[in-house]
Amino acid sequence: MAEDRSFRIRIITPERVFYEGSALMAEFNTSEGELGIYPGHIPMTVILKPGVLKLTQPEGKKEAALHTGFAEILPDGITILAEAAEWPGEIDIARAQAAKERAEARIREHRADTDMARAQTALLRALARIETLR
Amino acid sequence: MASMRDIKRRRSSIESTGQITKAMKLVSTVKLQKARVKAEQNAPYADSMYRTVQSILERTCGIRHPYLQGGDSGRKAVIVISSNRGLAGGYNSNVVKLITQGELAGQDLDIYAVGKKGREGLQRAGYRIRLDSSDISEEPAYADAAALSREVLSSFTRGEVGEIWLAYTFFKNTIVHEPRLIRLLPVEKEEEEISDRLPMNFDAEEESILEMLIPTYVTSLIYGGLLESSASENGARMQAMDSATDNAEEMIEDLTLLYNRARQSSITQELTEIIAGAQAIS
Repeated sequence: MAEDRSFRIRIITPERVFYEGSALMAEFNTSEGELGIYPGHIPMTVILKPGVLKLTQPEGKKEAALHTGFAEILPDGITILAEAAEWPGEIDIARAQAAKERAEARIREHRADTDMARAQTALLRALARIETLR
Repeated sequence: MASMRDIKRRRSSIESTGQITKAMKLVSTVKLQKARVKAEQNAPYADSMYRTVQSILERTCGIRHPYLQGGDSGRKAVIVISSNRGLAGGYNSNVVKLITQGELAGQDLDIYAVGKKGREGLQRAGYRIRLDSSDISEEPAYADAAALSREVLSSFTRGEVGEIWLAYTFFKNTIVHEPRLIRLLPVEKEEEEISDRLPMNFDAEEESILEMLIPTYVTSLIYGGLLESSASENGARMQAMDSATDNAEEMIEDLTLLYNRARQSSITQELTEIIAGAQAIS
């Protein structure tokens, strides 16, 4: 195909503009399951779940850990608002492992005062970080 | 006329005060630059967040939800952002005045204080302090804002408060800082429609999106408020310390003049005495 099939990607976190560029396809995890978006998608807003973001670009794949937030999909681009995002190089694997174990322990014990939703998000977040590094 | 020694002592005391205010000015200049960069980096996130929330509100006109209509309770929660340290000109008292004399004056308020000075001021005025998280006001992190917003929202969902407000200081530029009082919940919908936007679809239930989006929105506003306030605090302190340094220099000039005059007159007097003494002997 001769025409340019890439679209604009903007990833914004409260601390900084995490990434601004273009890609052929973007994949990420949402509340309704894994989603892969090509250019020309209908306008849609989705809720993000902690997971791995994969950007397919002509020169190869880019991956990053993406935590809770939401994404605004338009035909010509995606704007992702995430509470946190990290490149593989920014992830501390030991910390992620420790966080994973802590969250698992909290879920296993399941005490009355544990906030299950928060423990589960923490677990998902740690898993996303570990997954990104692989 | 005060004695030479007194003037000298006074001058050296003002000199050291001037040195302190000068150092404080330099420190807050550096801090201001840092805080300002942070506030600017947050702007794209805050803008997109606002746009998305407005677009979702346009779509969910029919939905009744406490986040949109407000609770039944007459009490209001107010998050008040001030600083932990003084010597920042009118910065803290302006925020306190916003509460005691502004829109919400005389109403039943639950204060969530960020910053010691604001808490003390409101406590004196007889307000109820629900929570004091002053430790986060110096270097605000997003996680701190998230924790605070969880706290306020849970009191909202329990029905203890019917509305949530935020008092902070908007950082217009280095010189102008504007204390502001805004309502976080129920969310206000903008009147003007932006017509050139494509209709938006949602893959989850609109209500569940609202459920997730609004807390994030509140957190982002609180975080933005924290960043703006921290920039304003340092700007206000920089200005206050700048004029204090100027005043100290002016006073030192006056005292130096006074000191020289006193020195001269004491020399003149001594000379007169010596000459008078010599004349008496001869």
